[in-house]
Amino acid sequence: MSGGISRRRLLGWTGAGAAVAGVGAVSGYTLGRSEPDVASPGYDIVDFRGTYQAGIATPSQNELYFTALDLTSTGKASVQRMLSQWTTAAERMTRGLETAENGALPRNPEAAPADTGETLDLPASSLTVTIGFGSTFFDKLGIPERRPAELADLPGFAGDRLEPARSGGDICIQACANDPQVAVHAVRNLVRIGFGTTAVRWAQLGYGRTSSTSTQQPTARNLFGFKDGTNNLKAEEPDLLDEHVWVQGGDGPDWMTGGTYLVARRIRMHIETWDRTSLNEQETVIGRTKGSGAPLGGTGEFEPANFAAIDANGTPVIPASSHVRLASAESLNGVKILRRGFNFVDGSDDRGHLNAGLFFICFVRNPHTQFVPMQRALAANDRLMDYIQHTGSAVFACPPGVAEGEYWGQRLLEDAV
Amino acid sequence: MSRRSVATLLTAGAAVALAGCTSTAPPAAPPAGGASAAAGGPITVQAADTACQVSAPEAPAGTITFNVTNGGNKVTEFYLYGTGDRIMGEVENIGPGLTRQLIVEVPDGGTYTTACKPGMIGDGIRAPFNVTGDAARSVDTNTKLAEATAGYKRYTTSQVEALVPKTQEFVDAVKAGNVDQAKSLFPVARTYWERIEPVAESFGDIDPRIDGREDDERDPGATFTGYHRLEKDLWVDGLQADSGQVADQLMTDIKDLQARVATVELTPVQMANGAKELLDEVATGKITGEEDRYSHTDLWDFKANVEGSQGAVAALRPVIDEKDPTLGPVLDERFAAVEALLENYRVGDGFRSYTDLTEDDIKKMTEAVDALSEPVSQVAGVVTS
Repeated sequence: MSGGISRRRLLGWTGAGAAVAGVGAVSGYTLGRSEPDVASPGYDIVDFRGTYQAGIATPSQNELYFTALDLTSTGKASVQRMLSQWTTAAERMTRGLETAENGALPRNPEAAPADTGETLDLPASSLTVTIGFGSTFFDKLGIPERRPAELADLPGFAGDRLEPARSGGDICIQACANDPQVAVHAVRNLVRIGFGTTAVRWAQLGYGRTSSTSTQQPTARNLFGFKDGTNNLKAEEPDLLDEHVWVQGGDGPDWMTGGTYLVARRIRMHIETWDRTSLNEQETVIGRTKGSGAPLGGTGEFEPANFAAIDANGTPVIPASSHVRLASAESLNGVKILRRGFNFVDGSDDRGHLNAGLFFICFVRNPHTQFVPMQRALAANDRLMDYIQHTGSAVFACPPGVAEGEYWGQRLLEDAV
Repeated sequence: MSRRSVATLLTAGAAVALAGCTSTAPPAAPPAGGASAAAGGPITVQAADTACQVSAPEAPAGTITFNVTNGGNKVTEFYLYGTGDRIMGEVENIGPGLTRQLIVEVPDGGTYTTACKPGMIGDGIRAPFNVTGDAARSVDTNTKLAEATAGYKRYTTSQVEALVPKTQEFVDAVKAGNVDQAKSLFPVARTYWERIEPVAESFGDIDPRIDGREDDERDPGATFTGYHRLEKDLWVDGLQADSGQVADQLMTDIKDLQARVATVELTPVQMANGAKELLDEVATGKITGEEDRYSHTDLWDFKANVEGSQGAVAALRPVIDEKDPTLGPVLDERFAAVEALLENYRVGDGFRSYTDLTEDDIKKMTEAVDALSEPVSQVAGVVTS
């Protein structure tokens, strides 16, 4: 241990130079681009505590590890104890520290290390850890009266092929970071703390954000090669976030005020068939050009789509069945969502096809008035549905931010008698 | 496991309890304090298939002697438990009509539990047993650690004493060509083996011969022998020309183990790590169906591994309670949860075949073992803190 650099010490001497190191990393990453990517690999620490949970309106990091857990204990005290231990460990990890003091290298060599150690030499990497509670959580703890109505099951959508082993869950943990090792480490250690109270139901590793959640970030591409989420809500739009994302006082139970609802969908992409599709067809399906990401008929990515435009034959320039039209606020009576998606590749399937796609996450004030109408429209008419299939689905109520001295979910569990 | 690093903790020689046939048990040494040795005379236990009559509900602290007579039709066991089912002493494998003696030193007053286990399964027929006063002794940590290692030594000794005759029965059945009888004895004999496997594994040469798998890499000239070779003969290939020879070799190896176990002394750290390794065995060998791949009697081994882990943890319990009072209750709860889960799979005196388990069953077992293994993994650090 004496010769090694502890994670803490590393941070100590990078603390002052953090901004510089961050910029250095950014300039390498964004070479040739106009906008700097503030969430590039670096030494940034995202505050764990605040009005809202981190990892929602935080500029999207590049890497994701997401897990859904089931309660194996229905004792409220053991769940509270776990959430309290999670809070301590997560707050430390987001600062680039081990889950506990000397956790990875305990002074007593006979003790099993409390921290698993694989991030010892790594910086905080903008780690955020976000949790939410599923509908079944409230039943298992015997507090169904505390469940928000917004957690009602989603309806079935045309073309869904949901796998129970990739759906649902009592609690979710979303860990985002600019280093996958840091994101996985966070979940792995919380899962370990949870043994006896929770067990993993499913998990998803994601890489390469497919949404920008800040105007400072360039729009990334999904595995179809298209810029994705251009019209996403952004952190710099607080009024819109209040309107579409953050649960407001009076919306539902008080403990959710300042919280939001997370909808996760594992969207398998039929990569091989898409790749054989002509550029013209791909652009028609999406409704944007593949190069710049401009709406069809437009020239710049952020140019508003002209859904009224018709070509010489009198047909819409942006087809009625195109993804961008069906998902637009214009088609959905002004509905907007805050997206936070990631590519995934889970190796190949047993037929040799890429088992890949997009792990879609969105945050909304009410899934049933925002996500549901959007997904219903897409599932029914979107030509993209020929190339994708939803294989997993879950909805979680993410409580508001953790105030000083509080633990995750305290307002839910301690008002409940 | 090194045998050199041990002994220092045992110099006090504090706790001595002997379990076994009165005819073969070595004489009982008086306890270190000597204050209340033999006070009150032997307590008689009338064990039946549905009853466990203990002649006195209490005894003064010090050396307590139980004469256990099995008047039932099933083979039985008798235990004296402390907190967290810490085994103060036990006699195993008491056949119908036999009387055996348990001499146990209990220096601390308090409430204990007696239990007869007709059929050698389950929690047994239990009753509270009160120990009054305290025997004179010092109770510093080293004393507790010494008592813990001595207590675990009692446990391993008692297991080997049952392992030898049960394996003999199994070997005899194989050699007599009684396939059905041999099949029913296979998981029973292995139970005693699986409870103390880390101790047996500490003798590096003996474990591969007794418990090796067909696909293990071996020294040149060594062949596939032991329990699993006979398992394959019984369940898959039919008895072979050399099955009797393999059975004889197994018996020789088990007796060799018995002689070696008599000399081995484990440290508290080795005991704690052994408790963890037994659960690792469950996770990698039993829940996967790997270990008993021909007979699919993995759940018997699963149960035995958990019991062996609990035996080691229970012996360390007074030290754990002194160092971290929050850990013991968690261990109690999680051991109980695994045992309760396994009871769902019980069929008669045994368990459901591994091949009858669903993916959901296996996930539940994995969750329960994960839940237990985390606190058990803390024991080594706690007892050395």
